[in-house]
Amino acid sequence: MRDLFLAVLLRDLKLASRRRIDSLLPVVFFIVALSLFPLGVGPEPQMLRDIAPGIVWVCALLASMLSVGSLFAGDLADGSLEQMLLAPQPAIAVAAAKSAAHWLLTGLPLIVATPLVGLLFGLSGPALAALLAGLLLGTPILSLLGALGAALTLGLRSGGMLLILIVLPLTMPALIFGAGAVSNVEAGLSASGHFSLLGALLLGTALGAPLATAAALRISTE
Amino acid sequence: MPWPAAGRADGPDRGPVFWTESIMTHSPLSAERAPAAAPAAWVLQACDLAGQRGERALFEHLELALEPGAVVWLRGRNGRGKTSLLRLLAGLATPMAGEIRLHGVPQKLAGAEGRRSQLYIGHQNALKDDLTAMEALRFLARTRGERPDDEALALALQRLGVRGSRHAPVRTLSQGQRRRVALARLALCLHVDLWLLDEPFDALDADGIAALNGLLSEHATHGGATLLTSHQSPSLLDPVPRIFDLDRHGLA
Repeated sequence: MRDLFLAVLLRDLKLASRRRIDSLLPVVFFIVALSLFPLGVGPEPQMLRDIAPGIVWVCALLASMLSVGSLFAGDLADGSLEQMLLAPQPAIAVAAAKSAAHWLLTGLPLIVATPLVGLLFGLSGPALAALLAGLLLGTPILSLLGALGAALTLGLRSGGMLLILIVLPLTMPALIFGAGAVSNVEAGLSASGHFSLLGALLLGTALGAPLATAAALRISTE
Repeated sequence: MPWPAAGRADGPDRGPVFWTESIMTHSPLSAERAPAAAPAAWVLQACDLAGQRGERALFEHLELALEPGAVVWLRGRNGRGKTSLLRLLAGLATPMAGEIRLHGVPQKLAGAEGRRSQLYIGHQNALKDDLTAMEALRFLARTRGERPDDEALALALQRLGVRGSRHAPVRTLSQGQRRRVALARLALCLHVDLWLLDEPFDALDADGIAALNGLLSEHATHGGATLLTSHQSPSLLDPVPRIFDLDRHGLA
């Protein structure tokens, strides 16, 4: 099972390294979308500071969902997905590897870009730290659920929009606790409760989502 | 490959069974009645199989059995469900009715061992455009849990005559070359009991067809069984492929 997981993960990373521009698009989208808010809402520092955690989370969510749509599409089109599902090892390894690759290629770059966004919105040091910690726990949840949505909508026309509609409700708890942690820190309260809940959500999703994704992949390729 | 010469199986139960005697006695191009054998001696058995595509039933009460060393040409008009049958047998789809057995074990119970004992190469080549031929081939071997070294991969590509393009991105290869790279998996999987090949001769030139025929013969002499589809009559002579006609076995 580890063999298949590593084979798929390393292949996806290699493919991304050969298409650098494509792999940069989600993080560019994230930054561009965030920079629209000061223009739209107005440059008042306190207001920007207040809304920053929420919109960072929303933009991270949208960047993840927009990029996850094509997660399995290429492999389905060229027959690689069939071959991966025919592997002797269980398909859950494929689902987990694809989710992990998506997080490394989308979630991690978003986290790396977030300090820049913190500067843009004038976030304080502790608030930024809380935001980063939340994203570190929360973006893997987005990748896992996104992969599930992508597997469920695989091969459908207008799959992209449907994917977002299916997955967004499932990601709301992560959004609430992630953004809530930052508000708590800014109000001088402890955010450890929020982080515990995010951690629990991550564990639950990591246990359940790959199983469901693997089942959905089997149905989609039938 | 650590394969013993073909001979009678010492046990009728699990594992690869080397049992080629029947092929000799069986006249070419007569697949209607396959030779009698103990159930476990069949590499692949489909019993009373029914398949569908969407809502439409494609075939019913289909009986098919492959003994070790068999090469069977699955024939049928366009849209008769040749690919659907191969996908069913490969385990990519679920039959509407009936059962598929690998070495006498129902496919559902055969699990990882069952999937390791068969190789399905579909109509699509399953090669990634941005990988080189060698990387693409290595990845496909890895998914089977095999770790061939560079030399083994280069040799496999050489057998199909594409060793020279092993470091070229798949994107730059022609259709025929891509097919050859995909079929180079066969050279790595000569020890696999069952090959299910969907239109393997597609896009191949005369050299490519000869190389593929060579692999099919070698696989058969090792006691492997092959089921393949092809638009044209396969030119393989050793062994001459039996014909399984879906038009006659499927729905009227």
